[in-house]
Amino acid sequence: MVKRSISEKRISVATPQFAKRKSHRESSKHQAVWSLLDEICDPELPGISIWDLGILVDVVRQDSRWTISIMSTYSGCPAVDSIGQDIAELMMRRGYEDTTVKFVLAPAWSTEMISPEGLDSLREMKIAPPDKDNRVECPVCQGSNTRLLSQFGSTACKALYQCQDCLESFDYFKCF
Amino acid sequence: MKDEINCTELENLTRFLIALGDDSVIYSHRLSEWCSNGPYLEEDIALTNVALDYTGRARLFYQYAAKLEDNGKTEDDIAYLRTEREFTNLLIHELPINDFAFTMLRQYFMDVFYCLYLQALSGSKDESLSAIATKALKESHYHLKRSEPWIKLLAQGTDESRQRILRAQAELENFTGELFLMETWEVQLVDQGIAVDRSLIQLEWERQVSAFLAESNIQFTQTQLQVSGGRCGIHTEHLGHLLSEMQYLQRTYPGMKW
Ligand SMILES: [Zn+2]
Repeated sequence: MVKRSISEKRISVATPQFAKRKSHRESSKHQAVWSLLDEICDPELPGISIWDLGILVDVVRQDSRWTISIMSTYSGCPAVDSIGQDIAELMMRRGYEDTTVKFVLAPAWSTEMISPEGLDSLREMKIAPPDKDNRVECPVCQGSNTRLLSQFGSTACKALYQCQDCLESFDYFKCF
Repeated sequence: MKDEINCTELENLTRFLIALGDDSVIYSHRLSEWCSNGPYLEEDIALTNVALDYTGRARLFYQYAAKLEDNGKTEDDIAYLRTEREFTNLLIHELPINDFAFTMLRQYFMDVFYCLYLQALSGSKDESLSAIATKALKESHYHLKRSEPWIKLLAQGTDESRQRILRAQAELENFTGELFLMETWEVQLVDQGIAVDRSLIQLEWERQVSAFLAESNIQFTQTQLQVSGGRCGIHTEHLGHLLSEMQYLQRTYPGMKW
């Protein structure tokens, strides 16, 4: 049994997909709006901004009109409509009155688009972050001796696991 | 002349989108009937999560169709205000949930089918259609990871569970053939590179399904009796009952919104 001390911190690495998103954001002329949108979180994952989750796609301005593009995680994700509303309201409150929220379909969302900070926030919320090889580590005791309880957890993006060492059951953010 | 061609093309595409949306919404409704009736909590949640994925697909297909039709109708009008004969889903989607073995065997057949079909559809010349397929394909791959072990478990489990899988297979075999049939308008879309030739998928589907079922010592045979008619609005007796429940709210309180 391999156990790591809790103080040993996991280091999240940026994926190529995230690096691409980041450079797109950094090259934008509308830094104030991107930063403003960092205030918007997925209602089902409070604490993770839509930027960190990878669903904030673009900020475009044409004259006084703003278009914010977002995508959904899963096609049936019920949170995406309310996120759209949250964006429209926030923009309105901060004086960007003419705002449209656009839902884009391509490229399909993938967990590879999540920022390193987003992965850290998942760990802080005791949700195991996605792993390509489905090596699921217990977010409580860091043990690797875990088993799948159910392929679907509290929301479509999570599966339910249990740690065989500390017996805690926890959500695993599915690699998708 | 050119306008006339574009007009049929548009009509065919809209028809295709609504048909795909109908497949998804009707199937989703069936799965959602398991809500609070699942064999145990985790399975209950899994069944309804899969249902949610199919609702999501239906919405994307309907929204796109509504945009093309551009006559003020929304995705909700398409789902809630059409009659039985106007629904064009393939029949396998509307069959009652029956028992858990039947539900899971149909799910397995659907999963293998959609993994192949959506993969092909993701290469559609129509960009939006390709994007919807690409997104939905990932979900079907995940669904298959759940349905496969269930079929093995049930087929190789107790006498009772195996009997139920065999019974489900005998019933479902009559309806799988329709998944590979096409109306003339769909063939026209195939020629334009928009839709996918279903007959080309059939062989691979049968190969995968037979090989997998053989591992549990079950022989898969496509029966001669193949029921069809869904794409023309000719349904089994079950769809009307489903619709009366699914459309109840909009029919009773027209225009009702969340
Ligand atoms: Zn643990």
